[in-house]
Amino acid sequence: MDWAVEIEHLNKTYPENHVTALDDVSIAVKPNELFGLVGPDGAGKSTLFNILTTLLLPDSGHVTVLGMDVIADYKKVRSTIGYLPGVFSLYPDLTVEENLIFFATMYKSKISENMSIIKPIWRQLLPFKKRRAGKLSGGMKQKLALCCALIHKPTILFLDEPTTGVDPVSRKEFWEILKGIQQQDITVVVSTPYMDEATLCDRIALIQDGRIIEVATPSQIIDNFEGSLYTLTTDNIFGLLEIMKQCTLHCNYYPNGDQLHIVFYEDAATMASAFQQFLQEHQIEFRNMKRIAPNIEDCFIELVKPK
Amino acid sequence: MYSIVAENLTKKFGDFTSVDHINFQVKQGEIFGFLGANGAGKTTAIRMLCGLLRPTSGVATVAGYDVKTQAKFVKRHIGYMSQRFSLYNDLTLFENMQLFGTVYGIPKAELKDRIHQSLKELQMDDKANTLVYSIPLGWKQKLAFATAMLHRPQIVFLDEPTSGVDPIVRREFWNMIYHAASQGVTIFVTTHYMDEAEYCERISIMESGQLKIIGKPADIKAEMGVDSIADVFVKFVRR
Repeated sequence: MDWAVEIEHLNKTYPENHVTALDDVSIAVKPNELFGLVGPDGAGKSTLFNILTTLLLPDSGHVTVLGMDVIADYKKVRSTIGYLPGVFSLYPDLTVEENLIFFATMYKSKISENMSIIKPIWRQLLPFKKRRAGKLSGGMKQKLALCCALIHKPTILFLDEPTTGVDPVSRKEFWEILKGIQQQDITVVVSTPYMDEATLCDRIALIQDGRIIEVATPSQIIDNFEGSLYTLTTDNIFGLLEIMKQCTLHCNYYPNGDQLHIVFYEDAATMASAFQQFLQEHQIEFRNMKRIAPNIEDCFIELVKPK
Repeated sequence: MYSIVAENLTKKFGDFTSVDHINFQVKQGEIFGFLGANGAGKTTAIRMLCGLLRPTSGVATVAGYDVKTQAKFVKRHIGYMSQRFSLYNDLTLFENMQLFGTVYGIPKAELKDRIHQSLKELQMDDKANTLVYSIPLGWKQKLAFATAMLHRPQIVFLDEPTSGVDPIVRREFWNMIYHAASQGVTIFVTTHYMDEAEYCERISIMESGQLKIIGKPADIKAEMGVDSIADVFVKFVRR
């Protein structure tokens, strides 16, 4: 198979800070896939994007984008990819329209040429066409940045944490835009610290401390969850967490909103009833205790917990 | 007793009303969640409450001081932490705390004790002389919180304190918040994680400069007939 992105044994350290940013990372992205790089801040996501977009040299390893080596063929790579960096990188003193024209011209194109790709997003920006980019709201800035990253019709689009710090409703909207881009035969590689966004990707790589923990479809990751997850609802979650310190059953537990999530590993049904007994002994009021399917955040917690 | 009282608090920028006559009270020791979409006016409201921005009209008192006329006293009695502003990377853990503690006028001898005590509680006492850049992000967030608490403020404002933090540390962080609140510190917190909204005693949702809803998470959910605050949020902020 011709991979859209192929990363083999990639390593990157920042010796001046004694940080290993990427530790033997290997990932392959299929053409026209919506691929998510999911992990917390400091996991190495931006370092990986900077290498993929030819802005940073790795210490070792091999990376190709659309079959082209990111070091030897960096100029060709640059002309075929689109990149939405994690920080706002347009010209604040140019108007919305001028920014778009500027980026189109850089790629020897005109904004009319590929208007069809950006049309749904561009339409929302039209009322602000003459406004300086620096004066736009956060959401509008990002939509403009996305238009500028797409105006040369890239084959693959890299987005570094486009939804960080964005409210849940706007985030949902943004993912719908990403799906629309994918439907135009563009491969989308996107990073996010929000675990709930993982399920919107075709496949994801979970990353922490520079290491890839797992690469699979979201449903495969959920299927691979080792253990049985239970939940219960309580009105005093912090009080319950205090009591849980006395629980000697072999389990992992953590709060999730007004619920406690508990993972049992062997003989789950027996453990669950022993646990119920424990709660009753401590006169904990709870309701709706039941076994549930884990979400990606549960999987992440299970995969990274100290062994 | 109320730590924060806002009465018809309003801020206009030209003919744009960013915060539009908001009214609420926060009790001492309460964890109060301040939710809303981007651009709803949350940051403007917080800046007014911290004494950094003058209201156009309306009144707010924080720790008993008027934010308009006694901003200096407001600032002394509050702590503040955000995701973007945390700490100086090129200073050690101890030096960071020393810097902020000194700015808040904690006497020298006392400051040293407080820092050691605080680092001990964080289980970072062996890292006192380590430069901040080399510690993990999750530690930095916890350290930033402890630093914001060093001058023992009555109220602490946390602006998206857990944004981007891994799921385990996020939960540890909320344990710290809860612990501080149980000792009487008032917590005013914004977040985009809807599960975290459920940890708050009361939440409010802001939209287009107005407070659309305020109450206990369980009551709001029951009233609206939904299972989670995420559902509540979508209903209020749907455009």
